[in-house]
Order: sequence, then C-alpha cells, then structure tokens
Amino acid sequence: MIAAAIHSGIQVTSGAERVPPGLARNVMTISGRELRDAVRARWFVLYTLAFAGLGLAISLVSATATGGSGLASFGRTTAGMINLVLLVVPLMALTAGAGAIASDRERGMLQYLLAQPVSRLEVLLGKYLGLAGALLSCICLGLGACAGVLAWKGMGTDPAAVLWLAGLSFGLALAMLSCGVLISTLAGRASVAVGTAVFAWLTLVFVSDLGLMAGAMALRMRIEQLFALSVMNPLQVFKMWSLHAADASLDVLGPAGLYATEEYGKWLHALFAGCLLAWIVVPLAAAAVTLSRRSPI
Amino acid sequence: MISIEHVTKRFGRGRAVSDVCLDVGTGDSVALWGLNGAGKTTLIRCVLGLISFEGRICVGGHDVGSRGKRARMLIGYVPQELSFYDELRVSEAVVFFSKLKGLGVPALDAVLGGVGLSGHEAKRIRELSGGMKQRLALAIAMLGDPPVLILDEVTASLDACGREEFVSLLAGLSGSGRTMLFASHRVEEVASLAKRVAVLEKGKLERVQSPFEFASALGAGTVVHLVIPAAARERAMAELRAGGLVPTLNGVGVLVGVDAARKAAPFRLLAEAGVPVDDFELLREGGHGTAHGRKEHA
Repeated sequence: MIAAAIHSGIQVTSGAERVPPGLARNVMTISGRELRDAVRARWFVLYTLAFAGLGLAISLVSATATGGSGLASFGRTTAGMINLVLLVVPLMALTAGAGAIASDRERGMLQYLLAQPVSRLEVLLGKYLGLAGALLSCICLGLGACAGVLAWKGMGTDPAAVLWLAGLSFGLALAMLSCGVLISTLAGRASVAVGTAVFAWLTLVFVSDLGLMAGAMALRMRIEQLFALSVMNPLQVFKMWSLHAADASLDVLGPAGLYATEEYGKWLHALFAGCLLAWIVVPLAAAAVTLSRRSPI
Repeated sequence: MISIEHVTKRFGRGRAVSDVCLDVGTGDSVALWGLNGAGKTTLIRCVLGLISFEGRICVGGHDVGSRGKRARMLIGYVPQELSFYDELRVSEAVVFFSKLKGLGVPALDAVLGGVGLSGHEAKRIRELSGGMKQRLALAIAMLGDPPVLILDEVTASLDACGREEFVSLLAGLSGSGRTMLFASHRVEEVASLAKRVAVLEKGKLERVQSPFEFASALGAGTVVHLVIPAAARERAMAELRAGGLVPTLNGVGVLVGVDAARKAAPFRLLAEAGVPVDDFELLREGGHGTAHGRKEHA
C-alpha cells in the first residue's frame, strides 16, 4: 500500500533495468546540494562580509594615503588586497574543507549518503565542487563589492587587475580547499579537523615565512634553493604570481624575485600555474584515496 | 536476493562479525536478533558496502564490494535515526535522494502521503519529531520501489506509540514480494515483520529459526520487557535468574519470558530485591496488542 503510493509518485524502471546515475550526474546533484547548503551557512556570510569589509577599508585607506584623488586604478591597492587574500582566503577554504567530510561522518550523514547508490569519489567531488562554488561566490562578492564601491566613488578600477586577482584568489582557494578536504578525510572528529586546518593556516601564513627567512640566514641558502622552497608554499606562489601579474616584475621580492625573473622569464606563469595545480590535485587525490579506504562511520 | 558468504569483519584483533553465511531469498523477511554488540549493525553495514570485510556479499547478483552502486540501487535503507542536513526542507530531501537514485522528480503528495507526512513538505528536517524523521527515511528508502529493504533498529529512538505506528507501516510493506533484512532487539517487531530470525551472538550466526521457535525459546506465550536503569540491570538479571526465570539483556532493559498466568512474577522479584523498574511492556506472542505501563521505582 505504502509502496504503491510512493511508487505512483515517481517514474521508475523495472528491477532488471535499474542503472545507477553516472559519476557526472551524481557529482552535480551533490555539489548543487552542498553549494546551496554552504551559501545558507553563517560561515559563508561572515567570511564574505569580513572579506568585502576589509577589502574596502584597505582600498579607502590606500586612497587617502595617495592624496584623496588617488586610486587611479585598482592596481594601486593590489599589494594590500594580496595580503588580505593571503590571510582570509586560505583560512576560509581550509576550514570549509575541513568540515566537509569529518562533520558529516560525525553526525552519521556520510554513512546515510553512502548507503545510497553513490560512490565515495562522487561524494568527495560533489562536496569539493559545491564548496568551491561557495568560495568563488565569496571571492567574487568580496572583490566585486570592493571594485564597485571604488568605481562609484570615482576612483578608477582596472577590470583586468580585478579579474586576475579574483582568478588567482580562486586558484589559491581551490588549493587550500583540497588541503582542507584531505585533513577532513584523515581526522576522526570535526573539531580535530578544524583545529588542524587552523594550525595548517598558521603554519602556511606565518611560520613558513619566518622559517624560510631563518633557514636562509642560518643555512646560508643559495638563491635558487630559497626560490625552490618558496614555490613549495602555495601562499608564496599566489603572492609571487599576483605581483608578477600586476607589474611583470618581481623586484619587490628582492634577490629571489630577480632570480625568478631572470631564470624563468616568460615561463614564470607556467611555473606558478603548475605549482598551484599540483597543490589542488595532489591533496585532493590523497583525500580520495583516504576516503576510499576509511570507514564512513 | 541477498547472499552473505563467509563474512568476517575485524576491528583490530576482535571480530565484530565472524564467518557469517546467510541467504535471504526474494520476498523473504529476516530479522537479525542479538544483544548490543552481537554484530547486527556491522553486518548491515557490510551488506550496504559501507565497510570493508572478508568474504562476499551479493545483492541481486551484484557484489557489494566491486559493484556497490548497482547493489545499492536495489536497496532502500532506513537507519536507526535519520541524520541529514537539518536545514533541508522535507521536499528538498526527497528530491535530492530521488535524483541520487536516478529517478525523475517525484510527486511529493504521493511519496509523503504514503507514510503519513502529507502537509509537512515545507518543514525543515530539524522541525520533525523522531517518528516523523523515521517516516521520512522510510519514504526516501521506498523511492523507486526497491526490491530490498534494509532496516537498522529503526524504532530504537521512538517512544512506544511511535514504535507501534512505525511497525504497522513496515508490516504493510512486508508480504508484497519485497525482501527485508532488519536488525532489532524488540520481540514484537520480530514477530510482526520476520519470516525467519537469525540469532547472532558475539558476531557469530548461532541459528536461524521461525518467529514461533524464537518466541518459544525466549519464554512462554508472554514476554515482559522491563526498562531498568543501566546501573541496576546486572542485579536485575541475577535476581530474575535466582527466581527461576530466564532473562535476556536488550538495549534499555531486560526481556523475560513468563507464563501467561505469572506476568507479575518478575515485578514481584525485583520489588523484593529493591531493583528499580522505570517502564514495562507486555509483548504477547504474535507481537500484536502490546500493553504498556509505567511503574514507580520499587
């Protein structure tokens, strides 16, 4: 009776023809759900407001510092915005990724989801793409609001610079999201995952910078070693790539920047893109392997 | 329909499930019975392909290890308690799972009406009671009319009234050619829904018997379910044994089979020993017509 009622509400195929939806369709379904859930969440609203508010403050302060009529282009505030992105976007992406699997596992949602005709890879990719969509929205809203207000105030913006910064910020967000998701698949509890993500953020933002400086002085590193170590940190890659995109020179970074420009020249974009891509793909692949081997309970 | 061949699941050095072999034919309804830790839920997780295991499980001819998606296409699963995005609306949840099962957009009236949830489409999951959540889980499980229904102690989180309603919903599903495998430690559920009872003890399948043989083994025509605080359960077991009864521990208390004319015997024994009883149910043979009551602490 119940079956008949429910059955009559949907179109089904006969038992022998039951074919589960393919990877792409399930990933789309899960990512759509994840995106809608993320943009309704408080963290999304808070991060977006913080990002847009701080970005606006940086832009206006830069304008004041250059004499009020300053900010002839968005490029003048680029340095400040790069530092803001370096602080906010990795934190946002790491914590969002860290909650993706661990909290679902803790609440029993992962088990319920995987009891449906979906694979673990589909769940992982769906969640990843959904969160990536939410992060992209946050970045676009933040930078868009910032550029919009500057334009409205008559302080010219350079659309290309805004787009470059948004694109690179999204690349950084994807890399950090991959790391966050990997942490999430490894952690037993959601609180441990988020704690580890915050620790990773502190390490990448502050400790690695200080460690690199200290290491360079103590070990008397050669300039190529210093540059090689720098590109191992996705935040440094983002910073160097953003500066390089802004004025095609890395002089501001000192000897390492000069070395990079001279050594790699026009290949710098490809080098940075490769590094960031590796930071996106490798942790995500590791997360997929971990999830396939770990119990969802 | 479900073939379980020499399935073993180890957690560290211990075995949660040990060399279990069980065949559940089309239209069969098998209850997994056992104490907490007997391996019921672990075996269900193995059948769903949620955890790795030694051995082989096939659902509808599909190996759950290598063709898990195909196997799960044939399964509707109801967990002990529905855990899903609390902020999701009932209608959104149904549409989401319908898409995951490769179905068209469902007619919500029919899907939700079948389980008595008409008019609750716009509610968020967090606004539903435990019983309503289980009804929603059943509606989701039944999407696409799957030939296999797997239930994991689905009434454990419900009150007595909710349990009865839910079991009668499930009873309407059994006997329609659908295969059911469910874990329970409630006698009335087993009696109402099962055609066979697989008794698990410490991960091993001890025996498979008819519900009548099972009820007889538990006691006589009446089984008294006594809800006893955890701290007093061991003492209650000892006192009941000393009084010549054969009690069995279950999730929240003790089951004891008694002659129809001696239903008060366990209460008298526990009262004399000063063991508190929070609640009780009389589970009659056949599982229909349970009586409920609440006693003051003895």
